[in-house]
Amino acid sequence: MATTGIESPGRAQIGVKTLRTDRWWIAPLLTFLALTAFVVYSGWRVFSNQYYFAEPYISVYYSPCITTTCVPGSGFGDGFVSWWALSPALLTAWIPLAFRFTCYYYRKAYFRSFWLSPPACAVAEPHGKYTGERRLPLILNNGHRYAFYLGLLLNVVLTWDAIIAFRNSEGQWGHMGLGTVILVANAVCLWMYSLSCHSCRNAVGGRITHFSKHPLRYRMWTLISKLNTRHMQWAWISLCTVVLADFYVYLLASGRISDLTFF
Amino acid sequence: MGYKARFKVWRGDKSGGGLEDFSVDVNEGEVVLDIVHRLQATDAPDLAVRWNCKAGKCGSCSAEINGRPRLMCMTRMSTFAEDETITITPMRTFPVIRDLVTDVSYNYEKARMVPAFSPPADLEPGDYRMAQVDVERSQEFRKCIECFLCNDTCHAVRDHEENKTSFSGPRFLMRISELDMHPLDTVDRREVAVQEHGLGYCNITKCCTDVCPEHIKITDNAIIPLKERVADKKYDPIFSIASLFGKTKERARRTPPPGKNA
Ligand code: SF4
Ligand code: SF4
Ligand code: FES
Ligand code: FES
Repeated sequence: MATTGIESPGRAQIGVKTLRTDRWWIAPLLTFLALTAFVVYSGWRVFSNQYYFAEPYISVYYSPCITTTCVPGSGFGDGFVSWWALSPALLTAWIPLAFRFTCYYYRKAYFRSFWLSPPACAVAEPHGKYTGERRLPLILNNGHRYAFYLGLLLNVVLTWDAIIAFRNSEGQWGHMGLGTVILVANAVCLWMYSLSCHSCRNAVGGRITHFSKHPLRYRMWTLISKLNTRHMQWAWISLCTVVLADFYVYLLASGRISDLTFF
Repeated sequence: MGYKARFKVWRGDKSGGGLEDFSVDVNEGEVVLDIVHRLQATDAPDLAVRWNCKAGKCGSCSAEINGRPRLMCMTRMSTFAEDETITITPMRTFPVIRDLVTDVSYNYEKARMVPAFSPPADLEPGDYRMAQVDVERSQEFRKCIECFLCNDTCHAVRDHEENKTSFSGPRFLMRISELDMHPLDTVDRREVAVQEHGLGYCNITKCCTDVCPEHIKITDNAIIPLKERVADKKYDPIFSIASLFGKTKERARRTPPPGKNA
């Protein structure tokens, strides 16, 4: 055990890393498993470069599809990036990755479950040294707001994807299937996740000192603050809807199922 | 309704010590501090413990119960099973004086380093006028009873003694945040928060929030907003350029603190 921590000279010598009797390790373990599963699944989908489009639905990982190699109909316009040979998802999927990696909630999640810093409250961490987020690369987490702005742009695109999902596979409007429901639900959850963001809360009003002089921003701040208390829940819900939305498109595009159409 | 409970209580001082076993009567409605008092009255008359109000308001009786930082006077015995052994130790982040009493001077030293509240120089005391919506946010932080359980739990100092010189812990980052949000304060504390109080050490793992007996949302409402305000100034070139054009006049009146330890 590191002698710089709870066994430092002068402190009560107790000799164990924690005296907690509850199952404190469950939460970090579940978080670790869930995030690992997500990263593995996303990695597979993003690199696979296939089964991401089933008219009119496009997978979240591949939207906007901006290369000329995108499967016909899935592209953003006709695709304008011609020099890219790898999976088109790699050009855009880093945005949500950066957004979630720098998110204040996910930081808590991975610092606790991956880096064990700390694994749980009042449970000694295994590291001899700790410098927090003061150096590269972790100091970049302070730029979370930029990832947030980019994330908002992406939400607009994904919302558009949900809107054009009200077509059938021939491109005619006024139709709806299970895929439409899933894409709409995913877009809504992503908006809830983004709007409940701490950087959003700061931008709409948190940075103001005199709320009384900015009644409108105060109202917005109050609203965002309410959403913000549920940020963790939205982080997980939207993570699940992203996987669901992509997996549904995968099943359709790979011909394993066909869309359940309502009208 | 009473029963006998098994306790392990840490006894000793900075030269050493250990957990001692006790078996104590427990009556309905009692809290852990009652049991400690009963121990003093029976088996361990010289057991050292700090307390004052027994109402969760003075912040004196902080300790760790079954490894969790808590107020002894606010921990009900009914939350434990009757056959459970309950362990009580002093806070493990601060130097021990004797038994359950620790030396919390670290916290007072850090408190003194926070630049004091500075209203505009031309404003007489008694002329302070503030709108409720402007002070509301920082009022949450005024609920603090200075039990220092948050600083005790924060891994940045709990697990790293050497960080005590550069990191003030959640309690005082919250104090800086409180003053930074104060409508009548004229000092810009953002640089001090990073340089002297170690804001960057906090990795928002929220243990301070988890243990606060006043249920203050320390991380969400004080530390993260402070990090965002610091980012406005230090890490956000776009916002800095925008503020040159007067969009954020509020900050214009703010000056750096007059001097260290002001
Ligand atoms: S949230 Fe920050 S200040 Fe609070 S306990 Fe965790 S690291 Fe320490
Ligand atoms: S913020 Fe909460 S935990 Fe920290 S000293 Fe104040 S009351 Fe105690
Ligand atoms: S997205 Fe989680 S804090 Fe911004
Ligand atoms: S004795 Fe005052 S808070 Fe416990």
